[in-house]
Order: sequence, then C-alpha cells, then structure tokens
Amino acid sequence: MATFEITTRSVKGDLKTDTMILNMGPQHPSTHGVLRLELVVDGEIIVDVIPHIGYLHRCFEKHAEQMTNYQQVIPYVDRMDYVAAMGNELAYVLAVERLMGIEVPERVQYIRVIMAELQRIASHLLAIGTYGLDLGAFTPFLWCFREREKILDLFEITCGARLLYNYIWIGGLSHDLPSEFGKKLKEFLKTFPKALKEINDLLTFNKIFIDRTANIGVLPADVAINYGCSGPMLRGSGVKFDLRKNEPYLVYDRFEFDIPVGEGKMGTVGDCWDRYYVRVREMEESLKIIEQAWEQLPPGDVHSAIPKKVRPPQGEVYFRTENPRGELGFYIISDGHTSSPFRVKARAPSFVNLSVLPEISKGYMIADLVAILGSVDIVLGEVDR
Amino acid sequence: MQANEIFEKIKSKFEDAIVEFKPDAVVEPYLEVKPDRVKEICEFLRDEPELAFDYLMCLSGVDYGNGTLGVVYHLYSMKHSHRFVLKVKVSVENPVVQSVESVWKSANWHEREAYDMFGIIFEGHPDLRRILMPYDWPEGSYPLRKDFQVPEFYNGMKVPY
Amino acid sequence: MPEILNMLIASLIPLLFILTYAIVILWVEIKVASHVQDRLGYMYTGGFHGWAQPIADLVKLLTKEHITPVSADKILFTLAPIIVFASSYAAYAALPFTSTFIASNLNVGIFYIIAITSFVVIGILMAGWASNNKYSLFGAMRSVAQIVSYEIPTALSILTVIIVTGTLNLQEICEMQKGGIFNWIIFKYPPFMFITFLIYFTASLAEVNRTPFDIPEAESELVAGYHTEYTGMKFAMFYLAEYANMFLVSGISAILFFGGWNSPFGEFLSGPVWGVFWFVSKGLFFVFLQIMLRWTLPRLRVDQLMYVSWKVLTPISFVNIMIVGLWAILK
Repeated sequence: MATFEITTRSVKGDLKTDTMILNMGPQHPSTHGVLRLELVVDGEIIVDVIPHIGYLHRCFEKHAEQMTNYQQVIPYVDRMDYVAAMGNELAYVLAVERLMGIEVPERVQYIRVIMAELQRIASHLLAIGTYGLDLGAFTPFLWCFREREKILDLFEITCGARLLYNYIWIGGLSHDLPSEFGKKLKEFLKTFPKALKEINDLLTFNKIFIDRTANIGVLPADVAINYGCSGPMLRGSGVKFDLRKNEPYLVYDRFEFDIPVGEGKMGTVGDCWDRYYVRVREMEESLKIIEQAWEQLPPGDVHSAIPKKVRPPQGEVYFRTENPRGELGFYIISDGHTSSPFRVKARAPSFVNLSVLPEISKGYMIADLVAILGSVDIVLGEVDR
Repeated sequence: MQANEIFEKIKSKFEDAIVEFKPDAVVEPYLEVKPDRVKEICEFLRDEPELAFDYLMCLSGVDYGNGTLGVVYHLYSMKHSHRFVLKVKVSVENPVVQSVESVWKSANWHEREAYDMFGIIFEGHPDLRRILMPYDWPEGSYPLRKDFQVPEFYNGMKVPY
Repeated sequence: MPEILNMLIASLIPLLFILTYAIVILWVEIKVASHVQDRLGYMYTGGFHGWAQPIADLVKLLTKEHITPVSADKILFTLAPIIVFASSYAAYAALPFTSTFIASNLNVGIFYIIAITSFVVIGILMAGWASNNKYSLFGAMRSVAQIVSYEIPTALSILTVIIVTGTLNLQEICEMQKGGIFNWIIFKYPPFMFITFLIYFTASLAEVNRTPFDIPEAESELVAGYHTEYTGMKFAMFYLAEYANMFLVSGISAILFFGGWNSPFGEFLSGPVWGVFWFVSKGLFFVFLQIMLRWTLPRLRVDQLMYVSWKVLTPISFVNIMIVGLWAILK
C-alpha cells in the first residue's frame, strides 16, 4: 500500500526541508476510478503531481480493428465513457455516417438530440453529486441520483438498458420512442427545475463549498487552449466555445440556447467553482433544448436509412461532438475493401483534460487536489479506453 | 480559410519539407510532410497570425501495414475556426518523428500514447515513456501494430484462453 | 465496604447510559441521514424500520478479528482506543443527571471536564502514529491541531458562563437555573449569552470531530484517517467514544445554557425522576442538531478550520468575555 520514501530536496533556499512522496493509490474513494496519483508533497503543499493511468485499459482500438463490421464497434464505444454512453455512440455513428455520406431522416436527428441532451443532464448530475461527496456534503449526492434515476427510467423504456445502450445505430436508431415516453418526459421537465433549485440551495451557494472551491485550481484560458482542454473545463476558463454552436451537427442550429461561461463570480475566472457552475447552468440549457426538440419532433421511420451493408469508401474522417465532458472525437480510417475498420482512434476528452492536472495543482494542498480532480470530472473508462 | 490557401502559405515557406498534398481526399484534404521538419511547420502554423492554429484536436499514430508507420495531426484554430490535417510517414526500421510537445502541450500525452501503442519515437519529447500499458510490458512490443502477436505468457499467466 | 460498592454503582450507571444511548443514537443517525437524503435506510432487521440493526452491528464488531499491521507499534496500537474511550467516559463522572445523582460532585466540575477531554488528543495521536500508515498519521496530526485550537474558544465561552454563575460546580449551576425557562442562563445578559452559546456549539462540533470539522476522519480524502487500521472491538471503541463525546458536549451545553435537569415550566413536571428526563432530552436534542448538521454541510479544509478558530471564534469570545464581565461588575 503506502510506502515511506523520503526524498531530500532543498525547497526553500537555505532551509533544507524534505519532500515526501505520497501515493493516492489506484484504490481511493475520491479518484473517480482506478487512477494513481503520485504526489510529491512538502508537508501539506503539493510540489508535483504525476498521474499514472492505464489501469482500465481494455484495448478498445485493437478490438475495433478485429470486428467484422462497423456496427459491432458500437457496444465497445458505449463502454468507454460508461457514465454518458449516448454521447459516445453519437460521435462514432456520426463519424461513420460522415464517411459514408449517409443522410438520416429528421425524426432520427431530433430523437438523437433529445437523447444526447438527456444524457448530458444525467452525466452532469453525477459529476455534481460526486463532487459534493468528495468535499464532504453527503446529501446532494443522493438527491442528484434521484433525478438521474428518472432519466435512466426514460432510457430504459426506450431501449431496454439503463447505462449502456447500443441504441444509436449507423443510419438510424434501434428502437423508436414508445408511446409513454412523451408523458414521462413532460413530468421530468416539470419536476427537474425544482430539484435543481434544491440542490443549488444546498451546495452551489453554500459558504463552505465556495470556500473550498473558489480560487482553487485556476486554469488560465491560454493554458487551457494549449493543453487541448474542452467542454466545461474550457468554458469555465472564460472561453466561449461549444461545438454545438461553433460546428453544429445534427439539428442543433435550429434551437435557441445559451453557452454558459465561467465569469469568476466567486473568485478567479477558471477556478473550480466556475467549472462546477458551468455544469449546473448547462443542465438548465439542456432542458430548454429538450423542450424545443420535443415540440418540433416530426414523424417518420427511424429504420429507413439504415444501410444493409456498411462499407465505407476508402478515406478517413475526424468527427467531433460535444460530450458532457468535452470534445469527443473519432478518427476513423477505412481502407475501402474490407467491412471492418482499418483504424479507429478515440480522442477522449477526459484523457486530454487530465493532462492539465499537474499544471493547475502546483502549490495547493492535498485537500484542494481532491477538489481540483473532482472539477476536471474524469471517467477512467475514457481516459484509458 | 480553405485548405488550399493554407497549403499555399506553407508551401511558400517550407517548399522542401512537403511530400504530398491531397486536396480531393475523402473526407477532408491533408498535407503530408517530412518527419524531421514537422516541428518547424507546426510552430509556423501556430504563430502565423492569419493561420493561428492554437488547438491540437488530435494526434494519432497509424500503422499503414506495409512497413510504414504514420502520425496524423488534426489542427484547429479557435480564432479563425478553420481546420487542417497534417500527416507524417516513417518506416518501421527508423520510426523517428520530431515532437511537437513544445508547440502544443496537449501533444505530451498523445505522443506518449503513440509511442506506447506503435513504437514511434518522438525526438525532443521531455518524458517519453509508456502511458497505457503496464510498467513491465516488454520493450519492443507495441500492441496496435498490425503484426503484433499476443504474448503467450504474461507474468506467468497464460494469455489466450 | 459499602463505600466501594457505592463508587462502583456510581461509575457503572454512566457506562450503562453510554452503551444504551450509543445503540439508540446509531439507529437515529442512520435514519435521519436516510430521510434527509430522500431514501429509507434500515428497514428489515427486527421488523419495524430495522430497530435491531445497531444491535446486529454491535455483535458483528465484537466477533471480528483484531488485525494489527506488521510494523505497527503494538503497545500503543492497543492502548490508543482505550485512552480515547476512557477519557470521554471519565468526563461523565462530573455530569449531573438529576438533582440527586451525580457520580462525583466535584467543586471544579467543569474545569475537570475540560481537562480530561484533552486526553482524547493523546489517544488520537497514538492511534495515528502506531498504525504505521501515512494517511493515519496525517489524520492524527490534523486532529491534534484541530482539537487543540478549538479548546480555546470552548474554554473562553465556558469562562463567560462562569462569570455569570460564579461557581465551577455543575450541580450548583443547575440549582441556580431553577424556576422556569426564563431563569436559564442563556436568557441572562441578552444577547451575549446567546452568542456565547453559538460559539460554544461551533467549537464543540470541532472538539468531537463532526462535520463540518471532520477532516481527521475525512472519508473521501484519507480513507478513514486515524482509525483506518483498526478492526473489531478497537474500532467500536473509537466509534463509541465519538458518540459519548457528542452527548458529553451536548449535555454540557444543556447544563450551562439551558437549565440542565430543570423543567422549563418551573414546578410543573419537576422532581428527581423528571430531572433525568429533562436532562437527557435536552442533551439528545443537541445531538440531533449535530447529526442534522453532518448531513447538510460540506467540510472545511484544514487551514480554513484554523482560520475560523483563531481569527473568528477566539476574538469574538474575548470581546464577549469583556462585555459580559463589565456588565456583571456594573450591575
């Protein structure tokens, strides 16, 4: 487990102090999965953080090359970011459709938008709940999960699965929306803003929570862009960039919604509170999108554009979508004469966001590292694939 | 800016580093450059105000099969909202590419993953070591290569079952 | 001979009280936690809402194996939970449960209680050091810093009460508050006694290591802090000591500020037996308040905790003492 290694390093001028190497091991309650963080600490102050990943590496990219066709890769893609699986499927399927030049019917696009936004709310609820749990607030975690259960119920009546769906297929969807979906969705849309207000009252504007997260882990905007951060990490630093508005895919250009950006309301721009608050406000915006999408939903057949044989022409595509955690990109190379992919590379947002952790946590305390890691919101399935 | 215009700008400065430009590739055009000039070209792409490619979207390693490895760079500019694709090809015997870690810090982990999976050596990378495979994975064994053989035994455990 | 028998009975009664109270309050804590979190909690063991679950937990803890880490300091490792529990149990000796029962009617009652609860610090430090585990050591050091810092606002607020009462003897303090709710000390010198009570309540939350001051046992950072390596009955002793401490500080706030074993209605519903009821229910009310706070607030960081103690609570309590003291002299 934890071993004692004392490295002698002169930190403050002529006063010789020892730094200790502490292991926030692969098994730890607040590292959100199997992540090993090697901390070099001087008392309680962090001098360096070295993340070690790869504990959950399941060789997704090699498996994708061995599959006999492109559709078989979709369940594997689900399991990358297991918290927000719809987003993964969407990115992969859109990349393949772009490569093949398939046009899907409008109804399929609207349903995909609804599913993606519901998934965004569910994923942010988990991020917020576990963030509170890391900081010692035990109650908002369960309230967030109560709301998340309602969304997972919606997914279950549509495709039969709560967490890993295999729902979005190349050219369409696996099932159409059932008849009771509308009623349940409307109930959810009515009760969610109230629950969100309760959670906000308890956590977001709580003085102790603000003291723990404001001015901690400040990420300047240019550092964020250079490190390739995306999603709430980038928007929390004040950069107004969202793929749903800047490079619209599906039918996002038909909806009116806002892009919340971190403004440094409680501290500096780009601190943990900003990133957290961006997630809270993104949930409100997603609600708006779902309401508009549900009103505009056209009738149609969700299976009509699914091709019999998925055999893309020779070529390659890099397509990216706005996942709850950031920009999820798929780089797919197809060699034109086999029906299995030649190369599938998944550019996972958590993988890139995690690389900025050493940069933003120098000089803070160990308790702050827990807050910073929670605000980066990683899922190890994505980081390691 | 369109890919052609970007290519013209690069050609005007680095005529000798270009290998091939394919404007009609499926889905978007790409530019292939020499592996030992990649860093200069990337610095030019980032610093030139009209191009301003400040965001490295993705850096992937590829094994093209017939003894060639490659690296593909997908670049994006936040200011001008245009994209570009750079490619580099090296042979398996000498898979050395210049590292762009000093240009975009996000390349740090991407290049470590390309080294881990394909064995591409990035010259100038400050900390090139394995990132996803375990610490004791044998040197010279790179999983995502096409000719990779799954080892029979790993730490005394039989692998294929 | 009867003398020793007397002493034995007098010391066993608080122990029995602690044990029964701990089982009940364990059930109450989990039930309050579940209902605050919108779920049900214990439901099955024993039928109605799982009332027998804490008993089952106690039996489980008693039958677990005592694992000692290989390179742990064996003597200190075994001694630590004993010291932690013994110091909180010993403080019960000076608590007046009712007008006719107090285990030991010390003239320096409250002073004795403050002194003996400081022994907990030694026990915690021993637990952290003897576990030979970096995380436990961190937890123990943080706990020592926290408890020692918060002793000062606690003692200062108690001092303010002593200025009002003029005596350290807890039984006499309760006697002084006879006669109905408005004779209670919290209503004297308004509003300063109320401020004193708030300071005491906050500082005592830190003394018993409860959220928002529970970093020594911060589950999400240090796994379990200084009692990570403990199993079985030793672990049960730490838990028992924590609950005993909770009732101790609640009981002291009840005695010093809210009338102790006096009934709020004056003569109605008062008497030796009713005294026990009033004292225990006032104590339990404050324990309930502490439980609710645990499940509502996030926890403070170490330096913020120190900041609250030294830069907020201590100056306020100093000012408080001066004002109350001047007021008492000029009256």
